[in-house]
Parts: sequence; C-alpha cells; structure tokens
Amino acid sequence: MSSLAQTTPAPVRIDPHLDLSDYEADADLMVLNLGPQHPSTHGVFRVKLVLDGEIIIKAVGYPGYLHRGVEKLCEKLNYSNLTPIFDKNDYLAPLINEQAVNMAIEQLAGIEVPRRGRWLRTLLAELQRIASHLVALGTFTLDVGGAIGGGSTLFLWCFRDRELLLDLFEQLTGCRFHYNTTCVGGQRHDVPAGWDAGVLAALEQIERGLLELDSFMVDNPIFIDRTRGVGVLDHDLALQLGVHGPIGRASGVDLDLRRDAPYHCYDELEVPVPVRTAGDVEARFQVRLAETRASIGLVRQLVQGIPEGPINAGKPNTGPTTIKIKGGSCYVGVESPRGELGTYLVASPKGPNPWRLKIRPPSLHAVAAIPWLLPGHNLSDAVAILGSLDPVMGEVDR
Amino acid sequence: MSAWLAENAWARGGLIGLALVTVVMAVSAWSIWFERKFAGRMQNRLGPVFVGPFGLLQPLADAIKMLRKEMLVPRGADRFLFIIAPPLTLFLAVATLAVVPLSEDILVAELDIGVLWVMAFSGLLLLPTWIAGWASNNKYALFGAMRAAAQGISYEVPMLLCALVPVIMAESLSLSDIVAYQAEHGWLLWWPPGPGLVAFVIFFLASLAEANRIPFDIPEAESELIAGVSVEYSAMMYGLFPMTEYVHTLIASAVASALFLGGWDGPFAPGLHWMVLKTLALFGFIFWLRWSLVRFRADQLMRICWVWLVPISLLCVCAAAAFVGFGFDPLAVDASSVGAAP
Repeated sequence: MSSLAQTTPAPVRIDPHLDLSDYEADADLMVLNLGPQHPSTHGVFRVKLVLDGEIIIKAVGYPGYLHRGVEKLCEKLNYSNLTPIFDKNDYLAPLINEQAVNMAIEQLAGIEVPRRGRWLRTLLAELQRIASHLVALGTFTLDVGGAIGGGSTLFLWCFRDRELLLDLFEQLTGCRFHYNTTCVGGQRHDVPAGWDAGVLAALEQIERGLLELDSFMVDNPIFIDRTRGVGVLDHDLALQLGVHGPIGRASGVDLDLRRDAPYHCYDELEVPVPVRTAGDVEARFQVRLAETRASIGLVRQLVQGIPEGPINAGKPNTGPTTIKIKGGSCYVGVESPRGELGTYLVASPKGPNPWRLKIRPPSLHAVAAIPWLLPGHNLSDAVAILGSLDPVMGEVDR
Repeated sequence: MSAWLAENAWARGGLIGLALVTVVMAVSAWSIWFERKFAGRMQNRLGPVFVGPFGLLQPLADAIKMLRKEMLVPRGADRFLFIIAPPLTLFLAVATLAVVPLSEDILVAELDIGVLWVMAFSGLLLLPTWIAGWASNNKYALFGAMRAAAQGISYEVPMLLCALVPVIMAESLSLSDIVAYQAEHGWLLWWPPGPGLVAFVIFFLASLAEANRIPFDIPEAESELIAGVSVEYSAMMYGLFPMTEYVHTLIASAVASALFLGGWDGPFAPGLHWMVLKTLALFGFIFWLRWSLVRFRADQLMRICWVWLVPISLLCVCAAAAFVGFGFDPLAVDASSVGAAP
C-alpha cells in the first residue's frame, strides 16, 4: 500500500532516564500530565510527559491509581473463595484469570481436573481471548481515529461482535462479565443445550467483523501512516522487560505458553502463533488480529469435540469443597490475551488460605516499556502507542 | 414593498441575510441530529430516539441544556478574551455566507470580490480559535490552538490556489459570475478537463481541514487533546464551538458547490433547489468521511499540504491559465476574445 506521508522512524533505543538539565531545547520544556483522568489512558493511568514543542523527550508512567490490595486480600480468603476476586483483575479476560489461580491451587492440592472440565476451560479461554482482543482492537482504533469519528465506528463494530460472546457466556454462567465459573477441580457450569451451535454462529459473525476491520484499518493508508514505524520495541528490550504475549510476539519474541508449556488441553491442539518482527504499533495490531483469527480456528475445533464425562473432580456443580493443602509453593503461567499471566502461590501450612499469592500481570510489564517507547514521538503517537500496549489497569495495579 | 426592496439593496440584503442566518442555524442544528442518526446507523445503534419523534427535538433539548448550565471562566484565564472568542468564531463563520449565491436572485450582497471575501473570513476564523486556546490557560487548549493555527495557515494556501481555477476560467472574483459562467459553459468540475476535478478535490480537502473535520481534525483530536481549544469552555460558550463547526462546514460545502459544481445551475427545478441539493450532498459526504476515517498526525498533515497539495494546486492554476491564455476553450469561438484573454 503506498503511503501519502512518509515519516521518519523514531530512534531505536532511547535513554529513559534522560537528564533534563543537559537537554538543549529551542524553547521552554513543557510538562504535561497525560492522565489519570484522560480519555485515552485505558483506565486510571498517569504518564508524565516532558515535551519539547510537541515532541516527547521523556516519559514516566505512574500506575497505582487502581490499587485494591488484591494480593493481601487473598491471604485472608479460603482457596475456594479466590475465584471471584480474580475476575476483577484483568476485567477484559476474567475467565483466564480465574483459571490461572485455580490451576495453581489444583497443582498444590494435587487435584486432577477431568478431561471434559479441561476441555471446557480451553474452549472458554479461547473465546475469552477473542473477546479481549476485540476490545483491544476496538479501543486502539478509537485512539487512532477519535471518539467522534471513524475510530468509534470500528470500536462499536468490535463491541457488537464481542456482545455475541458475552451473550454466550451469559447463557453458560448467568453472568456477562464476572463469571465465577471456574472452581477448584474443574468447572461450575456445564454447557447448555444448543450452546455449541450458538458459538459457531457467533464465530461466523465475528469473522465477518474482522474482514471489516481489515478493509477499514489494516489496508487504510492513513492508518498505516499513523502506525508503521511508531513505538518500536526491539526484541532484546522486550525480553529484558519481560514483555510477552502479543506485544512481545510483535517484536519477534516467539513465545506462547499454549504451545511451549501446554496446559489444559492445548497439547492436543495445534496452536498457531503469529509472530512479527517489526515491533511497531502496526505489528502489534496485526498480531492481535491474527491471534483472533487463530483463536476462532481453535474454538471451531474445540466446540465440535467436547468430550463426555464430569466437568469437575468433586460433586456435580460445586467442585470439591474441602481442599487440603499442607504447605508448599508453585508457579503457574498461563497465556492471557496480554501475555504470560503468572500466579505464584505459597500455601499456608495450617490454614485453608494462601500464605502469599503473587500475581505476575502481563500488562505491568507492557506498561514498563512506556519510558522507552514514547520519547521521540509526537503527542498523538503517545496515545496510539499506549493503545497498542492494551494495558488493563485492574491487573497492573491489582 | 417588493418594488422598494428591488431598489434598496441594503434592505434586500439585510432581509435575505436575516432569513439565511436563521435558516443556516436551524439547518446546522438539525444537521447535528442528522449526523447522530447517520453515525448511529453506521455503528449499529439507533442514535437519538427519545426526544420527540425519531429524536427530532434532540438539538432543541441540547440547546436548552447548554443554556441552563453555568458559564465557568477558569481561574488564570484571560476573562475578556475567553468570553469574546466563541461568539467571534460564529460571527466570522456566518459572515462568509454573505456572498454565496443561493439562486439567481437570492444573495445577501453582490460583491465583486466574493472569492476574496470567503477566503478572508475563512482565514480570520483562525484568530478566535487561537484566542480561545490562549485565553483558556490550559495546556491541552494551547496545543489545540497551535495545531489549529498551523493547519489553518497551511491549508489556506492550496485552498486559495484551487479557488483561483474557477476565478481564472470565469475571469471574475464574484461568486455569482462564476456560477453564471458555469451555467453557460458547463461545470468547472469537468471543465477544464482534469485540472477542474483535481482543484475541486483539493479545495474540498482543504475546506475539511479549515473546518477541522476528520481526517484533518487534529486541533480537537479528543483522543489526545480531549477537546482541544474548547476543553475549558462550558454551557453555551462551549455550545458555540460545535455550532460554528457545523455552520462552517455547511458554508464550505455551499462555497465548494458554487465554485465547482455549478451552484444553482441545473435542469427541471428552480436554482435554489439545486443549490440546496448540492450543498447538502457535499455536507452529507463530509459526515460519511468523518465516521469512516481515522485522523492524520499533525506533522503528516503539514507534509501532505506542502509536499502534495500546494504543488498540485499550483499546477492546476497554471493549467487553467494555459487553457484561458492559449484559447483551448472550444466555447470561446470569438477569436478576438481569445487574443485578449492573457
């Protein structure tokens, strides 16, 4: 696609700790607080920008406005009561978050999840990935295109398609957002009759929606101008900062826990892992788009082959209520739509609650790249880069 | 009465002007309703539905809401400039209307330098925008004002150059004369073949930039600047900004259709109908663009203007001058006029 306005790429590696007293500006520097109340920071996140004209020369991110003390709260709760807390961490992918914590507990308690339960978890995780990526793609077009303009059109189209998935989740669990459907030992809710047909119909609609996204954004010269070569995160820096997931894969970090350390039923599936090497905003958008398509393919396989059997290891519909863990610790990593979501669980030797529970939120590591990504760019690009990182402040601040 | 009006140009202009301003305001207000419906349909929503049938009274409800709110002047703002800016923008936007011919005889002021008048007021419109941004004492507003000034000054150049194409062809700066020329010789969109169309496209793009519409709406860029210059404004002082934007867009569409689309020229129907139809078609096209495109970045915008639009429009002007100068116009059969043209 030819490009009307060629732009010079930003310098590759930037000193995030720039000493401003040495900096020679043409005029006075301006300090601009982007956030915490700002339409484009994806939650309450503050970035302090030092601007020379309209060019950012230094950026410092200040997370923490949404801190709720989740990790401390977990130490006071029973193992079986942790799930609803984790729904609220990454509120765009609650199913994957609740699976992560339950997998850690199951590993310590030595509970084996039946195959149907694992299969359902895989299916729900992939559906959740599609829903989460639809939000990421939609809000990113909103950042580039404007809330009163073409961006909002694409945003609402993405939300229209995500709505279909939320309806399916509601049929399954009774909730649209905070499902609380995973329990220690398996799943709480079984698939209702006719649900699989609904899933296939929704997938078709979503695929059509992605084609629209292709023609309106990916092939749009204005969109290419705005995204190509902007906010380049190089491979080494991505590794150093621990940025995995779609952002890392856009920078050439070929790592996907579903393929490299399979959990649930992923070892029975062929998981396609789209990788780009450009590391810019456009590559991140394309990786998310490709992953959504890959997940659609996975869900098609999964929904047609749901095995028979119990959905959890305990009594039907409730799961095992007595969880006996005698100390020990474990780390469980799952592939959330934002990267590696880690749960480090240290069990209390006596009580029915964790002694310490550490969450490794993928968004925190993405947000950590901001001081490297923003400098050298225009203020408009700052918003595009922030949007391409797709941070969820609920899990960054915990 | 009508005889007196026919004699007295001031009274006639005043009356037509009063009627036009009222109509344009109303059209702008309801075009907001139309745009919201239009955008809603594009985005799988309904748009306004609750106030009145089909939400038709929504603009009225919005206006009443705006009027009833408190007008806040932030501490640290330049009070006089802050208050004067919004009405000034609307005034300057509406003033352009004076020279746009709506039909053969509906015209506020027959001005020999109509095109110059349009360009002058369109350029002056930057001033209150800048004043608003500066007086707000807000960094986001200042950014918006700076971008608006840079963008407005840049896009004036190709806009003016493209407006020269009809001027050269019709050999007049009066919009009425230009429309009359088109009624006789064919629309300037098609004539001269090539440069006319290119000039129209560039003129249209530059009007979009002047009116701050997507993809050129970086001065208000709400995803980064929240609302640009109008970020500190409240109540009706804020309401005047979107109002101005719609009035400006509507008038820019009218000017573009007068310059390139033959204005009131058209078969079967009175001139007024054609003018309104063409203006609203362009206006609707702008909405369509707005809800389907993303926006450029400030530096890309400047680059497109100076690297592409200005040279191309200069070429258009040269081509049009060559057409007239070397007498390629097949309709100008009179050999003496061809020789006299340069």
